[in-house]
Amino acid sequence: MADLEFQIPKYREYPEVPVLQPGAMAHSHPHVASEKIQEAIGFQGKLDDDWQITHDKAIAKFGELLGKYRSLKVFMDACVHCGSCTDKCHYFIGTSDPKNMPVARQELMRSVYRRYFTFAGKLFPGLVGAKDLTRELLDEWYSYFWQCSECRRCSVFCPYGIDTAEVTMAARHILDTVGYGQKYSNEIIGKVYKIGNNLGLPGPALEDTLQGLEEDVKEDTGVDVKYPLDVQGAEVLLVTPSADFFAEPHIESLIGYGKVFHAAGISWTLSSHASEAGNFGLFNGSYETMRKVAMRIREAALELGVKRIVVGECGHAWRVAYAFWNTLNGVGAGGNDPFSIELQKQLDPRYPQPSHICEFTWDLIQQGRLKFDKEANDHRVITFHDSCNVARASRMGGYPGGQFEIPRNIIKAVANKFVDMAPETIREVTYCCGGGGGILTDELIEARIKGAFPRMEALQQVVERHGVNFMATICAICKAQFTKVLPYYGFNMRLVGGVHQLVSTAIRLGNEH
Amino acid sequence: MTTFFAILFYLAFAILVVGLAYKIYDFARTPAPLSIPTTPAPTTTAGVAFRLAREVVLFESLFKGNLWIWLFGWMFHMGLFLVLIRHLRYFISDVPAWLVFIQPFGKYAAFMMVAGLAGLWARRFLVERIRYITTPSDHLWLVVLIGIGITGAGMTFVSHVDVVAVKAFFLGLMRFDIQPLPDHPALYIHLILVALLMILFPFSKLLHAPGVFFSPTRNQADTPREKRHLAPWAAQIEKS
Repeated sequence: MADLEFQIPKYREYPEVPVLQPGAMAHSHPHVASEKIQEAIGFQGKLDDDWQITHDKAIAKFGELLGKYRSLKVFMDACVHCGSCTDKCHYFIGTSDPKNMPVARQELMRSVYRRYFTFAGKLFPGLVGAKDLTRELLDEWYSYFWQCSECRRCSVFCPYGIDTAEVTMAARHILDTVGYGQKYSNEIIGKVYKIGNNLGLPGPALEDTLQGLEEDVKEDTGVDVKYPLDVQGAEVLLVTPSADFFAEPHIESLIGYGKVFHAAGISWTLSSHASEAGNFGLFNGSYETMRKVAMRIREAALELGVKRIVVGECGHAWRVAYAFWNTLNGVGAGGNDPFSIELQKQLDPRYPQPSHICEFTWDLIQQGRLKFDKEANDHRVITFHDSCNVARASRMGGYPGGQFEIPRNIIKAVANKFVDMAPETIREVTYCCGGGGGILTDELIEARIKGAFPRMEALQQVVERHGVNFMATICAICKAQFTKVLPYYGFNMRLVGGVHQLVSTAIRLGNEH
Repeated sequence: MTTFFAILFYLAFAILVVGLAYKIYDFARTPAPLSIPTTPAPTTTAGVAFRLAREVVLFESLFKGNLWIWLFGWMFHMGLFLVLIRHLRYFISDVPAWLVFIQPFGKYAAFMMVAGLAGLWARRFLVERIRYITTPSDHLWLVVLIGIGITGAGMTFVSHVDVVAVKAFFLGLMRFDIQPLPDHPALYIHLILVALLMILFPFSKLLHAPGVFFSPTRNQADTPREKRHLAPWAAQIEKS
């Protein structure tokens, strides 16, 4: 770890607001997507040589988005610079860079909005803080809008509900349009288009992996737990982040899902066509991308004839599934195109569609269909990290806040030792892991480490006071980010794991099925 | 001077009403293509109305965000609200009993309003990160509002103006029958600043007032699995 060229933030005695260090993170930006990557997903390959052309395209797209998204339009107009959000972003707290204050991040766009779309900004730019879109400013967009994890913590504290995620998405969409895309996200979207999942795992590789998994579980438990792929007529289609197929600790949760289905005697399947729950369209801000990625799920569900669609442990995937699928691909009620109507006939109306795997498991627990040996988790003192997209942008169960209660209820049902982190750092005001929103890439490691700081502080407290040695989470990005970042803060990377990893440890499989 | 103020107020009123109506129309016609309430969010329309009411009356999210900003902001807005209600007496010829009753509250609310504004302004100088995000127009609005508050309170508590004549002027304006406005410097400043506020309202950050009602993160019910949120432009994509 001596190779880092920056300081890792030091734990604070009191959570005071950092002293501003303007430009502290100006150097941080992701690798730019190649022409090939850009064109594969339908965007311009690279920036035009003539700045004026880029400028005009960017402003035209900005205008188009203002007409398409009420969120963007209202958010550009409504901010009064009150400052309520200024100390709420984990990237600001970790980096001290004032442009990582949500209001200042948004001003990078709002200053351009005022200049080109308002009277005040056209007539008195200096007075209202309006700016011409220059190449330098576009570069600032590229730096700072890729230091936002779209976690929406700021929106909780804004008196007008202004949501930086919406602004970030618009900025990234404009950047993509002019040929200034981010390599990591756009490359992954390309893989989904081409092969069907974020990791580029082809069907045969997936099948191999699942077979290996069955053998491992058999060896461990003596029970034939199945991990089926492309099974026609299965009750449940499980759609999960592809990291679950091979990454640690993600795979432990996948093992857990299989055990739950097995123990409950419910037939299920994965789909090689829809072998990915993640939807990076959310990260590049394009509705069309998001829709195209989401459409695979509907196709797979229709093809396999399933009755229920369940989503595995992934934060932004669950946001897109819960909040957007119905709109984007007709999984849910109210779609009226032929495919949506057919799907609504096919899916079982007694269950929410789609369901989260935690809703699914909790439902079975409440029905008494799962049995646990809670002592099997006694070596663990567990805390729960609310993932941002689950906490602030989705729901589980039939009541507001179910997304906080249900995962905790499951943990308490399968383990004896659970403590929460400090209340100002969990539930709807949870701190992001620092790696979400499309920044889980090596070249952004500084922002990722510094952005994880508030979460690490809260974790440190419960480790010290309660001996916590396991932080459960239900997001593939949280898991990947924490395994990477925890060591920098003096923790073992094995401290993080999934909720269904805990379920997997304690569940009684029985042999009667 | 009377003619000047008469024209100014006709103009200011027209700009405020037309400008604001256009802005509200513009917000309303712009589609919200996806369901994006900030959760935990209510699942019913009544719940949404209650959430918005809490935001508008109590500044709930700001309360969670920063107690100082909340305190000063709330003092200013509530003070302004009471003062505005009190001013209805200048536009109604037969003042009803309830309006008479609230007059003293409205008078002293001016102090609450100015104190709140002073607190908000102090933050713009004293708190480093608030100073960083402040534009010149942010200062200017505080100057305008404090100016309105001080000149108004000055006429109530220090140097009285002929309020009967002021009322006659405004009632006259409403009937297109211009009556003389009393000659009083504080009154002139007060009215010019109020007219300025009315004229700039639709072009400025004061749009947060209608904006809060149109913010999708606050005004949407959390029902995406039960209800589809297809925007007209998104429906076009469906067809292609």
